[in-house]
Amino acid sequence: MIRIEGLCKSFGRAVAIEDVSFTVPTGDAVALWGINGAGKSTVIRCVLGLFRFRGQIEVGGCDVRRQGKRARQLIGYVPQELGFYDDLRVGEAIRFFARLKGVSSSEVDDVLDRVSLGGQAAKRVRELSGGMKQRLALAIALIGNPPILVLDEVTASLDACGREEFVALLGQLSEGGRTLLFASHRVDEVTTLAKRVITLDRGKIAHECLASEFVPQLGLGTLLHFHLSPQVCDAAMTALRASGFAPRPNGVGLLVPVPSEQKAAPFRVLADARISIDDFEVIATSVSGSKTATQHTARERESTP
Amino acid sequence: MSAIVVPCMHRIAAPPTALANISAIAFRELRDAVRSRWFLLDTIAFLGLGLGVSYISSASAGGAGLSGFGRTTAGLLNLVLLVVPLMSLTAGASSVASDRERGMLAYLLAQPIARWELLVGKYVGISAALLACIALGLGGCAGILAWKGEATNPSSIVWLAGLSFALALAMLSVGMLVSVLARKASVAVGTAVFLWLALVFATDLGLMAGTLAFKLRIETLFYLCVANPLQVFKMWSLHAVDTSLDVLGPAGLYAMDTYGERVAVLFALVFAAWIAVPLALAIAIFSRRSPV
Repeated sequence: MIRIEGLCKSFGRAVAIEDVSFTVPTGDAVALWGINGAGKSTVIRCVLGLFRFRGQIEVGGCDVRRQGKRARQLIGYVPQELGFYDDLRVGEAIRFFARLKGVSSSEVDDVLDRVSLGGQAAKRVRELSGGMKQRLALAIALIGNPPILVLDEVTASLDACGREEFVALLGQLSEGGRTLLFASHRVDEVTTLAKRVITLDRGKIAHECLASEFVPQLGLGTLLHFHLSPQVCDAAMTALRASGFAPRPNGVGLLVPVPSEQKAAPFRVLADARISIDDFEVIATSVSGSKTATQHTARERESTP
Repeated sequence: MSAIVVPCMHRIAAPPTALANISAIAFRELRDAVRSRWFLLDTIAFLGLGLGVSYISSASAGGAGLSGFGRTTAGLLNLVLLVVPLMSLTAGASSVASDRERGMLAYLLAQPIARWELLVGKYVGISAALLACIALGLGGCAGILAWKGEATNPSSIVWLAGLSFALALAMLSVGMLVSVLARKASVAVGTAVFLWLALVFATDLGLMAGTLAFKLRIETLFYLCVANPLQVFKMWSLHAVDTSLDVLGPAGLYAMDTYGERVAVLFALVFAAWIAVPLALAIAIFSRRSPV
């Protein structure tokens, strides 16, 4: 279980987290949702004891400040991108972390097999693809069988296919009874993995709901996620608002709730405004709240539907 | 190892001990150093320059070593004064800063390891690499010179190697302090090179200029020398082999008159302070700073 009480964190004068409190019960899966800069990663880094903070954080009953090592022993952490010692071989890397966790290296092969990296032990880390590196990070997180997994936008650097595989893998782990706390700004990831969603906005909890309520509360039954370059986000927002849509910024672009029969309309608006779309996803929800997500990875220069 | 049971029936090992974590990090650092180019290049350069210095020194002495502190050893001492601080400072300076830059530091600290364990582990690992480099460099020189029949004094080489290692430890501490303070590896290494220049050149020149300009008293000159670990290394090396510091002129005579044989204790204390204080500062700062 993770218990966060009155968490506050500032960087100089900038307040990053202000009085955040929540609990992740054992076996639960909680998503931290919000735009870039909302404070998701800061909360995660405080849980890991990487930042000094005010307030109280307990992991499995261990105070993160006073019993940091013991608390981190209960956590398997997967970062957004693994900045690893590239010269190490996969087997060496995982044995090194096994030593740091006080775990016998006989577990190594088993953990590699679980993330489909069996047979890759002799490869150098630099030879792995982005997806394989993330799976290596997951393998390292699973060493010692920790009951809690903490994930920080783990699929942000993966392509659509890698993302799908990785999320499926995490889904299996979650179903196996592990407690999950993860940060994401991907709707499909949140609705697949989380049981509860905590929305952060400028360092505060703006909203908390069940995952099944999450997408309907964001807007209508269908969400379009446009991936846009930062330079055009404001212009896109203005154009869409002027046409009656209610876009929200979301990490790499905008989320636009639309009626299911009018999915093409926002594309027309952006095309008329001569705004380029880098990528887009259609996230459709059924009546029960479960979701299906389809990704279209056409890197279009112009926004044509 | 004891185990703790957490609510969801996962049985996991207790966190490793400090010693286990330090040795894990130290072994990784040592292996990384052995594999990386800096260790290989430093050792080859040290050995090559050492052989060159030894050859020239012994040739200019007509093939025979001088009495006491041999000419060859004196040549090697000057080489150590230049090379060892440079490689120790830069190795220390890049250690933490480069890990921070590539995001590895935060990832390591997200594991069950205390910050001081990580820093001490790095220190021990890099120290072992430096020791190997010094032993290979000076040992290689001594071995080849002995094989060639050149006069070498084994005890002076052993003293030189030991004091070189002490100098390396002191400079490594300073380098790690720089590394902990710097956000980028390039800044850390640049600062380390600047410090090296200041210690090697500016202090010598500064002392000479200060003595002439301010007519420094002899004891002031001596204590200014003692503040610089490179000067301490030089004085201790001379004292260890020759048991006198006459060659250093008035400052050496003052040291011997004032401290006698206890001057070695003073040198040891200065080295101990240069090793312990920057490392303790580095640990204190590292424990409070964000690794991101």
